[in-house]
Amino acid sequence: METAYLIETVIKIVVVLLVFSALAGLGTYFERKVLAFMQRRLGPMNVGPYGLLQVAADGVKLFTKEDVIPQNVVAPIFKIAPVVTAATAFMAAAAIPFLPQFTIFGYTVHPIVADINIGILYILGVMGVGLYGPLLGGMASANKFSLISAARGAAVFISYEVVTGLSILAPIMMVGSLSLIDFNNYQAGGFGDWIIWTQPVAFVLFWIAAFAETGRTPFHLIANDHEIIDGFGTEYSGMRWGLFFIGEYANMFFMSFVIPLLFLGGFGDGSLLGALGLLGKMAFFFFFFLWTRAAWPDVRPDQLMWLCWKVLMPIAVLNILVTAIVLM
Amino acid sequence: MFEAIAFYLFSFLTIAMFYITVTTSQALYALSALAAGMIFISAFFFILGADFLGAVQIVVYSGAVMALYAFGMMFFDTTRDVKEKKGNKYLITGLATLAAILVVVIVSAPLIGENISAYYPMTEGAGNTQEIGMVLFTKYLVPFELAAVMLLVAMISGIVLAGKKMDLSLTLMSDREIIEMREEKNKKVLL
Repeated sequence: METAYLIETVIKIVVVLLVFSALAGLGTYFERKVLAFMQRRLGPMNVGPYGLLQVAADGVKLFTKEDVIPQNVVAPIFKIAPVVTAATAFMAAAAIPFLPQFTIFGYTVHPIVADINIGILYILGVMGVGLYGPLLGGMASANKFSLISAARGAAVFISYEVVTGLSILAPIMMVGSLSLIDFNNYQAGGFGDWIIWTQPVAFVLFWIAAFAETGRTPFHLIANDHEIIDGFGTEYSGMRWGLFFIGEYANMFFMSFVIPLLFLGGFGDGSLLGALGLLGKMAFFFFFFLWTRAAWPDVRPDQLMWLCWKVLMPIAVLNILVTAIVLM
Repeated sequence: MFEAIAFYLFSFLTIAMFYITVTTSQALYALSALAAGMIFISAFFFILGADFLGAVQIVVYSGAVMALYAFGMMFFDTTRDVKEKKGNKYLITGLATLAAILVVVIVSAPLIGENISAYYPMTEGAGNTQEIGMVLFTKYLVPFELAAVMLLVAMISGIVLAGKKMDLSLTLMSDREIIEMREEKNKKVLL
């Protein structure tokens, strides 16, 4: 039993790592294509059919490029920073149920690496640690733009963590559990049971905070190309820079799984349709990340902090109060 | 067996990280080692089955150390060594060792004196989070509320310290003073 469990867990970890590393690569392709179509361009076309092999070309380039460590950087921290981003993104995935449980060759598989009973808290905490990557990279780089990016990273982190925590508190009070499986079962009754109908405010707040968490466009201020070059990534090259990218895209995918699981019914009753539904919802939220990037301008750091502290946090607190009164 | 391996691995890592934090003269090394050590400590909670506390350890300390980074960024050039002013080396080492031993004795003496035992029985069917809630809102209600009040006081004083003209109170001022203040403000805007 013990050995079987161990082998199963290791296999799950490897599958999650491989699938989402590959998806992160494909995510860059989707992003370029979606952005291109929204801006009336073609996007990558030359490598493979419809430019599909562009991902492989990028991979070859990143892997074979020389790994430059500039002279004045703090080398150990500089080297470890990209690993922090990528590793924490995948560690957070340990508590996400990607699919309902299914039986294959008479063996029941739970597609979740570790079903801990505080899933959502763990996921948000570990994803938050992911912002240490840009922070450390920026501070160790000995580059002024990188340092500005690190300072912004710290400000963003402190601002959005409050909103995520408070917005998620109201649904947690309703469900009475922190496990994503319990969240899913609470909403398993069908379309009418989704938490979004009872907690629309929390849903919108959490969605906004998700953009800050993943550092996507309206809040892409830690690596704004037109202000601070590539921010924390300015001094990086080769696969170390690639690891930042993998971490960012993996985080986007995991966030796109977590939002439907929390608010939009997850995989429902666990049928095949429910599983496909979860994948469809995930695809929509991932697409929305790209859509926003094409359609919206970036905000300034002070605007983000103003939004988080003076607008979103009071709304979240009020939402908790109202929920508590209704629940009583 | 896995528990033992995990325990020794993480205790080694934690101690190594905090050793780096104390000994290095590089602000960036010290802060990063501190953050890593804090996160490794959460592993002990997970090993003991206290999942909630483990996750809270990660959430709280990653945020707290992040604030320390912000201060480090403001005060030091984090890519250079900080020149420390060192006094009597032996005195510092001796006092620090003595303090550490004292803390260990103070905490562990009652444990050895009367065999350690759990105060509260496990509640059937209640999870980790519910158990903490039950203890927090029964036995430890007063310390919990006191901590909450203290945090509120800290927050309000922080706002007062950081905000502009927070030392003025409109209710205590006469109408004339308020009008004067407004006119002054308008003048500044016009200038």
